[in-house]
Amino acid sequence: MSQTFMGFLRKDGKVGVRNHIAIIPSVFCSAKVAERIAYQVPGSVYFRHPVGCSQVGEDLEVTAKTLIAIGNNPNFAGVVVVGLGCERFSPYELADGIAPSNKMLDTVVIQEEGDSLAAIQKGSRIAREMQQMASKQVREEFPVSKLIIGLNCGGSDMTSGLIANPALGHASDKLVKHGGSSILSEITELLGTEEILARRAVNDEVAQDIMNTVRHTEDKLLKQTQQSSNKARTHLISTGNYDGGLSSVVEKSLGSMKKSGNAQFSGVIQYGHQPKSQGLFLLDSPGHDGEVSTGQVAAGAQIILFPTGRGTPTGFPGVPVIKITGNPKTYGRMKENIDINAGEVLLGNRTLEQMGEEIYQDILEVASGKQVKAEILGHDEQFCITRLP
Amino acid sequence: MKEVAAKAQKSALIIDATDNVAVALQDFKKGDQCQISSNGREEKIQLLEDIPFGHKLAIQFIEENESVLKYGEEIGKMKTAVKKGGWIHVHNMFCERGGGK
Repeated sequence: MSQTFMGFLRKDGKVGVRNHIAIIPSVFCSAKVAERIAYQVPGSVYFRHPVGCSQVGEDLEVTAKTLIAIGNNPNFAGVVVVGLGCERFSPYELADGIAPSNKMLDTVVIQEEGDSLAAIQKGSRIAREMQQMASKQVREEFPVSKLIIGLNCGGSDMTSGLIANPALGHASDKLVKHGGSSILSEITELLGTEEILARRAVNDEVAQDIMNTVRHTEDKLLKQTQQSSNKARTHLISTGNYDGGLSSVVEKSLGSMKKSGNAQFSGVIQYGHQPKSQGLFLLDSPGHDGEVSTGQVAAGAQIILFPTGRGTPTGFPGVPVIKITGNPKTYGRMKENIDINAGEVLLGNRTLEQMGEEIYQDILEVASGKQVKAEILGHDEQFCITRLP
Repeated sequence: MKEVAAKAQKSALIIDATDNVAVALQDFKKGDQCQISSNGREEKIQLLEDIPFGHKLAIQFIEENESVLKYGEEIGKMKTAVKKGGWIHVHNMFCERGGGK
């Protein structure tokens, strides 16, 4: 089996699995103009968000770093930054942050152009030209060491922890073994497993980082739930979990953690930051589906792997999200949304290892250009920047 | 989930080769024969209790205070020993982490 994929080489040495033009608003006020530009130029994608102004401190920093990092993701051949003109996060600062990638880049500011129609017209012309340039680029062969995948999950049921996540873990392990990178997040779903995670750290420093990251999240949750009049709400595991057969929070969290297989952790990365080397990483992010994917794409992930037991249709602009379900009934119902039917393991037709191999092969096919169902159907709900209190 | 369970073979899944439990892939009744398979290991285990879909069964004798291993990791310890084919849940397993029952 080949350990390569066909991708698009960028000038900074990164490799994209898609070749879109990204239309990125620096502030929520320019979101509609960005959307209109994207509609004018098929092949471009836009990033609607509610932030970029009236923010301070770390919260604004995370927004700025994340938007810059999205622009730097190699799935985008070019970027059109769309600003309003008076926002806290300047569109020129956003463009300056993307400039080091040396990709096609331009900025349109509504208040400088005159009005939204003028800005849409200028932005559309720029995006059209970028799209034509991008269309000339051909895919070339690269080793899987150029791939970064994000491990997410949502709409879970008991088949997620039992089948889809462990199968994905086998695929993630194989990618990491061949020099690729994989990012686990959802710290809120990992409580109770911090010592197990830390044991998988590549060195003591990373082990300490992992312990601190999980404990910090647990402390924050504890503070938020201390005032609750319903004490059962502060438990890390619910009655429904028990009924489903889970006997401890460690067992529940392991079901989530096993998306990352058994590989060693090379490091912990903060939201809006990128790993400095290759391997398996832990990204500090809460469990919200969109916030997780956004943090992973900002970290450089070109593909998101997404187990879903109950089935969710969501996707990410310009980044394929591969949906996997361990529930054969969900696959039967949601065939138009789910890419991989890991329910075959539940039915006794495949082992977890065989399913992991199928997932790995699908990652390579998608990296080489095969579109996933969320892309074809236009799902792009997962872009969602995390906010700090 | 019950309908999903009904279609599955009468089997249980061992997630990691080092585990001492398997997870029921359908609802089982006391006395049922349950097929387990993992990396070449094929075996039929007679169940000593009713075990619902998604719940754990011991695939070997596990002593009091011995670790319960699933996903290749300790998810808790036994409060009381369990025989091969027995049901493992909060009535006979404990874990100090997390609150709840």
